[in-house]
Amino acid sequence: MKRSPGRAGAAGGAGSPGGLYAAPSLFWLTVFFLAPLAIIVAYSFLTPGPRGGVEWKPTLDAYRAIANPSFARVTLNTIVVAIGATAVTMLIAVPCGYYMARSSRQTLLLMLVMIPFWTNFLIRIYAWIAILGNEGFLNDLLIATGLARQSVRFLYNRGAVMLVLVYTYLPYAILPLYSTIDKFDFSLLEAARDLGASKLGAINKVLLPNIKGGILTAFLFTFIPIFGAYAVPLLVGGTDSYMLGNLIADELTKSRDWPLASAISLVITLVTTMGVLLLLRANGTSVLGGSGDGEKPVPEASSAAAYGAQAIGGSR
Amino acid sequence: MQIALSVKNVTKRFGDFVAVDDVSLSVEDGKFFSILGPSGCGKTTLLRMIAGFYEQSGGTIELRGQDMTDVEPNKRPVNLVFQNLALFPMMNVYENIAFGLRRRGEKSPAIAKKVNGLLERVGLPGAGKKTIDQLSGGQRQRIAIARCLVLDPTVLLLDEPLGALDAKLREHMKVELKKLQAQVGTTFVYITHDQSEAMVMSDAVAVMNAGRFEQIGTPQELYHNPASSFVAQFVGNNNKLRAVMHKDERGGFFARYGNGMDFKVDGAFDLSGGDAYDLFVRPESLVINPVEAKQELNVMPAAVKAILFDGGNSRLLVTPDGFADELVVALPQTKQFDHIRAGDRVRIGWDASKSVCFKRADWKIYDDE
Ligand SMILES: Nc1ncnc2c1ncn2[C@@H]1O[C@H](COP(=O)(O)OP(=O)(O)OP(=O)(O)O)[C@@H](O)[C@H]1O
Ligand SMILES: [Mg+2]
Repeated sequence: MKRSPGRAGAAGGAGSPGGLYAAPSLFWLTVFFLAPLAIIVAYSFLTPGPRGGVEWKPTLDAYRAIANPSFARVTLNTIVVAIGATAVTMLIAVPCGYYMARSSRQTLLLMLVMIPFWTNFLIRIYAWIAILGNEGFLNDLLIATGLARQSVRFLYNRGAVMLVLVYTYLPYAILPLYSTIDKFDFSLLEAARDLGASKLGAINKVLLPNIKGGILTAFLFTFIPIFGAYAVPLLVGGTDSYMLGNLIADELTKSRDWPLASAISLVITLVTTMGVLLLLRANGTSVLGGSGDGEKPVPEASSAAAYGAQAIGGSR
Repeated sequence: MQIALSVKNVTKRFGDFVAVDDVSLSVEDGKFFSILGPSGCGKTTLLRMIAGFYEQSGGTIELRGQDMTDVEPNKRPVNLVFQNLALFPMMNVYENIAFGLRRRGEKSPAIAKKVNGLLERVGLPGAGKKTIDQLSGGQRQRIAIARCLVLDPTVLLLDEPLGALDAKLREHMKVELKKLQAQVGTTFVYITHDQSEAMVMSDAVAVMNAGRFEQIGTPQELYHNPASSFVAQFVGNNNKLRAVMHKDERGGFFARYGNGMDFKVDGAFDLSGGDAYDLFVRPESLVINPVEAKQELNVMPAAVKAILFDGGNSRLLVTPDGFADELVVALPQTKQFDHIRAGDRVRIGWDASKSVCFKRADWKIYDDE
């Protein structure tokens, strides 16, 4: 059987083999992503069952409950922690990524960044408890050296939550930053300087626009999971660091109000999705489009010309 | 004529390694000056010192008489066309050219006028909206040059800008670049390892080897009167004969080749008897079947190994009897030698005044053996 190139070019059209190849991932997406989402949407409009679960009586009670000021307080708390921890993470990750990209021992440094992934996430949180706890390593050290008379309470507050969150998500920010900066051609900075830019000007006008894809990816890879953090505030947080993730879990397991938990999840999902889309639009980037290549604004006329050239090339 | 660029005794050390060693040059306003040397001889290092990206370990660099030692790269009135061009990929052509003008804080209408004027000048009018990856190699080249020229620098530095182009385009761009320089009248300092580029384009050429300048001169001077063995070999084509210098009874010198054959030498060389020398004869100085009238001719019988036909640039490859080396002989396309075939026997000869010789100790890095 001989397929004409013209047909191959129109992959994705009805009846083309593209649809067949896409079927497994379509199935996967439907069963493991869309279906659960649909269940959450549905549950949020139903009445809570007596011991969890739902009763099939439609109501807007869950959304009314969200209007409750305690929900607003937790949301605010979550935003503060997420913004703070993301900011700190980025401030550490940018110089780290830069240093790694410029270093002659990149493989070693990459290994160091990835070593934490070899240990389970929860175990690493417990390691922090072992370090920061009242009878932990740090307190032992302080008391042994006489710097403190009795153990200092490091854990169970917002600071501890932020610290552990930053620790956890730092590699996720460093890696995309490293890979974009590594691809950056540093002679561009010299070219900018040569053409009259100051040091800061060269960074602002040439380095940042070229690595903004990496910065955005790093931001999203940290902000989104931190916004939905659950285990960290549960294990090292206190009342002042109760976050939306904890609220959802408690509604689900303690209050057994599944519709409310669903409604909160849905609101978070919607808000983060909107935020991400807005950010992407503002930057004109794709989330995983690392290098900054392929992010150039292409004027309409010339993109049409390029398309034309492709079409000609394709029909040969 | 005003001196645009003056480099005095400049040295650059990286640790113990001396990349540029006591180099001096001066370039008059509006001239095309080339620095020619093999890979790794320190050309880029010298250019980067002029542009301000390296600080010299010794010596001074002056632009229009002003010492540049403590001047930042962005404040120097020179611009550099980078070896890899370093065009900004996230900006279109217009923005690339406008970059320097914007840094100077010029107004948009003035910028537009200058950028469009320069696009016209480099033969790419209306290309402003294109992105860099939509340009061909030669077009990128021109944009990189336009981006610098728009700032009207005292000196434009070019670091092997044609290196990345294919041979055909390079031939073309050589001529283009020379024409452009003549048009705009900016002083060019051009780096290359391609001697033909340097010869075709330059008013003056400095030949560099292992961090030092071997000779500075016009292309003609370098070609006809090389100052060192290195220059004789690097600039243009040359036949090299290893010989030992001997003194004859009248105090003159002759060179004795390995097979015992003696060659007359003639010219103002620094000669001493008993030392090993390299004797250089250009292919076009070698005459096929010469009329043996002149005393000063070195003549020898030889076997033709091959005919290298290349139009006006055709050559014969011959091995003189008893020679280990092959000689390249210019083959004029005047029909006179059309009968010569590979394997034929010919006589070849050269005028003693047309050969140059240098002591073998002159060699440093560059050797083709
Ligand atoms: N930053 C540096 N540190 C140490 N050595 C260097 C540095 N830059 C250049 N060198 C050395 O200095 C010498 C000259 O380098 P340079 O780049 O000037 O050569 P070049 O003449 O431009 O060669 P090419 O034609 O290959 O570009 C080389 O041996 C190089 O290894
Ligand atoms: Mg170089």
